[in-house]
Amino acid sequence: MHAGNKLVVAVIFFAAAALFTWQLMRPAPQEPGRFNDIGGDPVAGEAVFWAAGCASCHKAPGAEGEDALVLTGGQRLETPFGTFVVPNISTDPDAGIGRWNLEMFADAVTLGVSPRGEHYYPAFPYTSYALMTDTDVADLFAYMTTLPASKAENGVHELKFPYTFRPGLGLWKRVNGDPRFQGPKGTPEVERGRYLAEALAHCAECHTPRDFMGRLEKDVWMAGAPNPTGTGRIPNITPGTLRWTRGDIAYYLETGFTPDFDSAGGHMASVITNMQKLTAEDREAIAAYLMQLPSLP
Amino acid sequence: MFLLNAKLVGTATILAISLTAGSAFAQDDYENQLKARKGQFNLLALNVGVLGGMARGNVDYDAALAQAAAENIVAIAAINQMPLWPEGSDEMSIDDTRAKPEIWDNFSDFASKWAAVGTAAEGLPAAVGSGAEGIGPALGPLGGTCKDCHDTYRAPRN
Repeated sequence: MHAGNKLVVAVIFFAAAALFTWQLMRPAPQEPGRFNDIGGDPVAGEAVFWAAGCASCHKAPGAEGEDALVLTGGQRLETPFGTFVVPNISTDPDAGIGRWNLEMFADAVTLGVSPRGEHYYPAFPYTSYALMTDTDVADLFAYMTTLPASKAENGVHELKFPYTFRPGLGLWKRVNGDPRFQGPKGTPEVERGRYLAEALAHCAECHTPRDFMGRLEKDVWMAGAPNPTGTGRIPNITPGTLRWTRGDIAYYLETGFTPDFDSAGGHMASVITNMQKLTAEDREAIAAYLMQLPSLP
Repeated sequence: MFLLNAKLVGTATILAISLTAGSAFAQDDYENQLKARKGQFNLLALNVGVLGGMARGNVDYDAALAQAAAENIVAIAAINQMPLWPEGSDEMSIDDTRAKPEIWDNFSDFASKWAAVGTAAEGLPAAVGSGAEGIGPALGPLGGTCKDCHDTYRAPRN
């Protein structure tokens, strides 16, 4: 082959490879019309809001009570990939998400895609929320539109190279695979607990270890992990290691008291604040789900 | 030659030991403060556990025991925390504690969170005297004060 021809072939090959890679990295929004027939009930949405733990990260640092409903952002999550600064998702039209519609919200929450078509970092647990029902997404959005506005400007993430390259998240999403439930099927109660724990409360985001790419290691589901945002370890909550009764777990989620009447610490204290707002049946369901998980050392 | 070497090694060893010992003395490990802190929290947990066990129905209600536990909780919550939390006794500086350095960034907030334990405990002795069903609702706010402080100032277990 002529040298010039070889060059043309090489250029075409690299262009095609680049285009293919670019396609793999491109954010894909929801199919249009998916939410056309779903109204969104703000009262039901409040329960989704607490179960999904939105306020724990999006409230102002240290905010309590009513103040925790101002989703002003600003908490700093220090992780092995760098520091994420939690954004403002209050109803302010400029600083927050006040101009969003349900489709944009669903793209963000379940696909990790922003209205501008950028990928979000998975510190935002959309890989768990991807399992949310469309009704819950719509209800959650309806509830969040009733919350106060905050004018606080968003901070800038301070990430290490190469994590600063957002389009790379498109590839990450592909290698991370499609969302699916990990815990075993069971009674309606166990499956309700599985939905609450895996789709909404995203327990595994801290209680399951991650590989070098930040993907959850699903074969050691809930077997404990290094704290993703600080010192210490997040405990193994599989039944053989935790060794709590179902009643112990439900009581802990209601009060924060362990069977020894120690009290939850760190981020779990904030999780308990959310779990206290669930119904007793839902806390029982989470306990039932955890009791069904395979025991891991 | 061998003797000289042995002597040198010996001197170096003694020097190394004294240096290590010196630095160990120089850095306070706050052992007594940690013991006192953990002691008071264990005492608190034990007494809360007496009430919690009755509230959950795991143990039979005992009015005298419930009363004693409630009064103990009030007394423990009244302990002034100042001497127990010297600056530098945090999880980044020393082992064997889960106290986050943020405590000393905002010590007055930390102190007011402990004061809230006392406020939540005030009503306990009156609430627990007339049966197990009164305990749970009185214990809830107390648990809330534990959590409020732990949320900000307690690190996960190592």
